Amino acid sequence: MKRLTEKILSGDVRAIARAISWIENDYAQKEQLIDDLYPHCGNAVVWGLTGPPGSGKSTLLNLLIARERMKGKRVAVIAIDPSSPFSGGAILGDRLRMQKHSTDSGVFIRSMASRGHLGGVAGATADAIKVLDAAGFDLIIIETIGVGQTEIEVVEMTDVVLLLLVPGLGDEIQALKAGIMEIGDIFIINKSDKDEAMKTKAEVEYVLSLNDNPRKDRPNPIFMTSAVLNLGIDELSTGIDLYIEELRVNGLIEDKRRKRIAREIRLMITAKIRREVEKQLGLNERIDSWVDQVYRRKRRPYAMINELSDTFFKKNRT
Amino acid sequence: MRRKIRILMAKPGLDGHDRGVKYISRALRDAGYEVIYTGIRQSPEAIAHAAIQEDVDFVGLSLLSGAHNELFPEIVRLIRKYGGESIIVFAGGIIPEKDIPFLKEHGVEAIFTPGASFKEVADFIEQNKRRLSH
Amino acid sequence: MLNRMEKIKKKKEAWETTTLKKVLERFPERKKRFVTGSWLDVDRLYTPVPQSEEEFIEKIGFPGEYPYTRGVQPTMYRGRLWTMRQYAGFGTAEESNTRYKYLLSQGQTGLSVAFDLPTQIGYDSDDPHSLGEVGKVGVAIDSLKDMEILFDGIPLDKVSTSMTINAPAAVLLAFYIVVAEKQGIPAGQLRGTIQNDILKEYIARGTYIFPPKPSIRLITDIFEYCAQHVPQWNTISISGYHIREAGSTAVQEIAFTLADGVEYVHAALQAGLDVDQFAGRLSFFFNAHNDLFEEIAKFRAARRIWAKLMKDRFGAKDERSRMLRFHTQTGGSTLTAQQPDNNIVRVTIQTLAAVLGGTQSLHTNSRDEALGLPTEEAVRIALRTQQIVAHESGVTNTVDPLAGSYFMESLTDRIEQEVWQYLDRIEQLGGMVNAIEKGYVQKEIQNAAYQYQREVEEGTRIVVGVNQYTLEDEKPDKILRVSPGLREIQIEKLRALRRMRQASRVKRALQKLEQAAHNRNENLMPYILDAARVYATLGEISNVLRHVFGEYQESIVL
Ligand SMILES: Nc1nc2c(ncn2[C@@H]2O[C@H](COP(=O)(O)OP(=O)(O)O)[C@@H](O)[C@H]2O)c(=O)[nH]1
Ligand SMILES: [Mg+2]
Repeated sequence: MKRLTEKILSGDVRAIARAISWIENDYAQKEQLIDDLYPHCGNAVVWGLTGPPGSGKSTLLNLLIARERMKGKRVAVIAIDPSSPFSGGAILGDRLRMQKHSTDSGVFIRSMASRGHLGGVAGATADAIKVLDAAGFDLIIIETIGVGQTEIEVVEMTDVVLLLLVPGLGDEIQALKAGIMEIGDIFIINKSDKDEAMKTKAEVEYVLSLNDNPRKDRPNPIFMTSAVLNLGIDELSTGIDLYIEELRVNGLIEDKRRKRIAREIRLMITAKIRREVEKQLGLNERIDSWVDQVYRRKRRPYAMINELSDTFFKKNRT
Repeated sequence: MRRKIRILMAKPGLDGHDRGVKYISRALRDAGYEVIYTGIRQSPEAIAHAAIQEDVDFVGLSLLSGAHNELFPEIVRLIRKYGGESIIVFAGGIIPEKDIPFLKEHGVEAIFTPGASFKEVADFIEQNKRRLSH
Repeated sequence: MLNRMEKIKKKKEAWETTTLKKVLERFPERKKRFVTGSWLDVDRLYTPVPQSEEEFIEKIGFPGEYPYTRGVQPTMYRGRLWTMRQYAGFGTAEESNTRYKYLLSQGQTGLSVAFDLPTQIGYDSDDPHSLGEVGKVGVAIDSLKDMEILFDGIPLDKVSTSMTINAPAAVLLAFYIVVAEKQGIPAGQLRGTIQNDILKEYIARGTYIFPPKPSIRLITDIFEYCAQHVPQWNTISISGYHIREAGSTAVQEIAFTLADGVEYVHAALQAGLDVDQFAGRLSFFFNAHNDLFEEIAKFRAARRIWAKLMKDRFGAKDERSRMLRFHTQTGGSTLTAQQPDNNIVRVTIQTLAAVLGGTQSLHTNSRDEALGLPTEEAVRIALRTQQIVAHESGVTNTVDPLAGSYFMESLTDRIEQEVWQYLDRIEQLGGMVNAIEKGYVQKEIQNAAYQYQREVEEGTRIVVGVNQYTLEDEKPDKILRVSPGLREIQIEKLRALRRMRQASRVKRALQKLEQAAHNRNENLMPYILDAARVYATLGEISNVLRHVFGEYQESIVL
C-alpha cells in the first residue's frame, strides 16, 4: 500500500490506473489509500463537462486538452459512459476521440462505466479525482452524459460545470430548463457550423434570463464552438480560465468545494450505512419472501417494515 | 461489488475492416464485460498507453492487412515495457496458420482466425481471468 | 386480362386447398419462414400478377432503353462479353508489373490495380504509419517513379485500367496521366476508372484522409478536369461492395450506394457542372453474394431506381446519364477459411448472379482469399470460372433471361420499394453526409452484420464447412507471402528519388498546390499534375492537403 501511495505521488501511470480500478471495484483497501493521498490533494482544478449524448463533448474535449497542454498543464480525463442495464457490460467509446493524446505523458485518460454500485458513480468519481489530484495533475476533466440524476451528481463533484448544447434540440430546451440548465456554469453551443446555432443561442439566453432561474444573479457565459471545424475553442479556453479566476477572487470556489465535500460526506456516509443495513438484514436474500408475503396479503407493509427496523435498531443499540 | 473484467479492443495497422472487432466488442458488452474501443489505425504506442491508463485485463487486437508479424509483437513489447506485465493479449484477423507459433512466442496468447465464433473468445476470457493479478 | 387473372386466382386457391394441403399435412416444410440471404420473405409459390402493357413497358421494358431494368445495352453479352478484370497488385511495382503481364497473357481484358494501405491513405513507405503495411494488400506507390515501373511495357492506350483508390485518387490519377504522357499517349485516349468514392470510406472501408467537404471538392475537381481532358475516363466508381462486406443487407447495399451517388451528383451540380456533362461517366461497383435470385433482382432494381433518379430528380436528358453501369466483385466475406475449395463453388454462383444481373465487368475472388493474398493458381481458377460461365453455361445467349419470372419480378419490385424507403429516410436526415455524420448509416449496417453473425453462431444460418459439415483436421493451405524486407526496398527507392529530383522545383510545386487548396475556386488537378511531374511523392502531396484540409475523425457507432 505504501509503495502504491508513493508511486501515485510520483505520478506513476500504472499505479494511478490501478488505484482507480480499486475505487471502481470498491475494494476495502481503497479507503486507506485515499486517506494516505488526501494530504497531497487540493491543487487541481476540476471541470465537469456534460451535455446530451452526441453533442460533441469528447470531440471538444480533445481540442481543449491540446489547448491546456500548450499552457503547460498536466491534464487528466475521466470519461463516463453508461453501463448496459441488461448485461452490466459497457462499450466505452469516448477515448476514441481523444486517442491522439494517448502517447502524451502529460495526459491521462480513463474511461469509466457508470455501473450500478452503491454510493454511485459519483462516489467513485470523487475518489478518482483525489487520486489524480495527488498524482499532480493540474487539471482534471470529468466527461459525463447530461441525463439522469446520477450523472448530475457526478458533475456536481467539480469546480465548474461546462454544459454543452447543440442546435436542433427543439423542445428539449424546454426540458432542460427544468433540469440540467441549473447545474451549468458555462454554456457552450457546439456545432455552431449548423444552420440553427444562433437560434439555439438565443433560446438559451432566453431561458437563462427567466425570472425563475435561480442563478439569475450570476451571469453565465455562453460560447459558440464548432469542434469539427476547430472554431471558438481559444475563446472558450480563455473564458473558462477567466471564470475560474473570478470564482477564486470572490471566494466562490471555496464555497463550491465546501459544498462538494458536504455532498460527498452525505453520500459516502449514507451509502456506507445503507450497505451495512442491507447486510445485517440480509436484504438481498430475503427480499423475495417479503415480497411474497406482502403480495399475498399475508402481511401488511408497514407492520412488516416496522418489525424489521425495530429488530435492527435493537440489535445495534448496544 | 463484483470485479468487472475490462478489455481494450484495438485495431492496429491501417486497414479499416472493423466489422469483426465491432461485432466482438458488442458481443462482449452483451456478455457483461466492459469494453474500451479506440477505433481504427491505432499505433502500437497509442494502444500500449491506452492499455495501461485504462488498467485493462485483456487487450484484443484485430488486423486484416497482414501486418501482424510486425505490429503484434511490438504492441506486446510496449505493454510490458510500460508495466502491463499481467495484461493478457489475444488477437483476431486473417492470420495464416504458419504465423501463429511466432506470434504466440511473442506474447499473443490466443489467435482467432476467420470463422472463429464469439463463444471461443468468451471461453478464452473466462478460462484466463483466474490468472488476473488483482 | 382481369378475367384471366380471376381464373388463375381461383385455380391457385383450389390448388392450395387440395393438392398442397394434402402434402403439407403429411410433410411439413423444413422451416416456418423462408427468407432471402438478407431476410426478405419468400413465398412458397409465385404466380402471375395483374399487369397492364403500360406497366410492363414502364417497369421491365427493353434492354438499352429507360428504365434499363433489363440491361444497359440492347444486345448485352450477345454483342460483347463483360470485361474480366482481376484486382491484383502486391509488393513492389516490379512484382505487380510482372503479374499484370501474366494476367494479360491469360486472356484478361482489363487491369485492376490494388494499392497497399499506406498508398491508399496518402503515406509514403517511410512514414512511421506505414510500419508493417508496405506492399501488403497491394502495390506500394510512393511517386511517379513507381508508377512508371508499374506500367512499364504496358501500352496505356491499349488497356483499360481500374484503380482502387479513393482519398488520394487525384494524385494517383495524375501519376497515371503523366506516365501516359511519357509513353507519348495523350490523356484523351486513356480509358479506365478510379474508385474515387470517399463516402463509402467513411461508412465502411476506412481509408479516408480528409473531412467530407474538402474530399468532395477533390472529387468534383476530378469530374471537371476529366470532362475536359480525359473524357473516356470513368471518374468515380460509386461502391456498394464494401458496404456489403461490412455486413449490410442487399437492400442496404443498393440504397446507401445510390444515396452516395445522389450526394455526388448534388455536389457536382453545386460546383456548376451540367448534369449531362458528367453523369455519363459515373459508374458503380457492387458485390455479388450467394442468394442467387436476390442478387439478380438487386442489380435489376438498382438500374431501374438510378434511371428514375437521374431522369426525374436531376433532369438528365442524355441516355448515358441515366444508365447505371457497374462492375461486380464476388463477395469476399462469403468465403470461408475452412475447406477453401468450397469457395470455388460459391464464386461460381456469385458469378452467375453478376452475369444474370447484367454486369459490365467482373472480378472473381480466389478460393484462398480468406487466408491471405491469393496464389497465382487460385487467381487462374477464379478467372477460369468467369470463362466457363461465359463460354459454356449458355446464360449469355439471351438478354436478361430471368425477366418475367414471377418470383424475379416480384423480388425486384420489393427491393426497389425498400430502397426508396431508405432514400426517403436519408433525405429526411439531410442527405448522405449528414446521415453518415450522425452514424445512422453505419448503425443500420452494423445491426445487420450483428444479426447475421448471431445467426451463424446460433446455427440458424448454415455456412457449409463452418457451422455444419465441418472437418476435424484441415491441412493448412498454401499461401503467398510478401517478402518482409519490402519496406526497406521502398525506403531505399525513396532516398534515391529524393537525391535525383530537383528539390527546389518540388518545393515550388507544393507551395503552389497549397495556395490553390486554400482557394475554393481553383481546380486542384493541374497543380497535382505539376507536382507529380517533378516527382513530388504521394506523401508530400497528401501532407500539403492534410495541412490545409485537416483530417477526418471516425464517428464511433457501436
Ligand atoms: N457538425 C458538427 N459535428 C460535431 C461537432 N462536434 C462533434 N460533432 C460530431 O458529433 C458526433 C458526436 O460527437 P462526440 O464527441 O462523440 O459526442 P459526445 O457523445 O457528446 O461525446 C460525432 O460524429 C462528431 O464528429 C461540431 O462542432 N459540429
Ligand atoms: Mg463522449
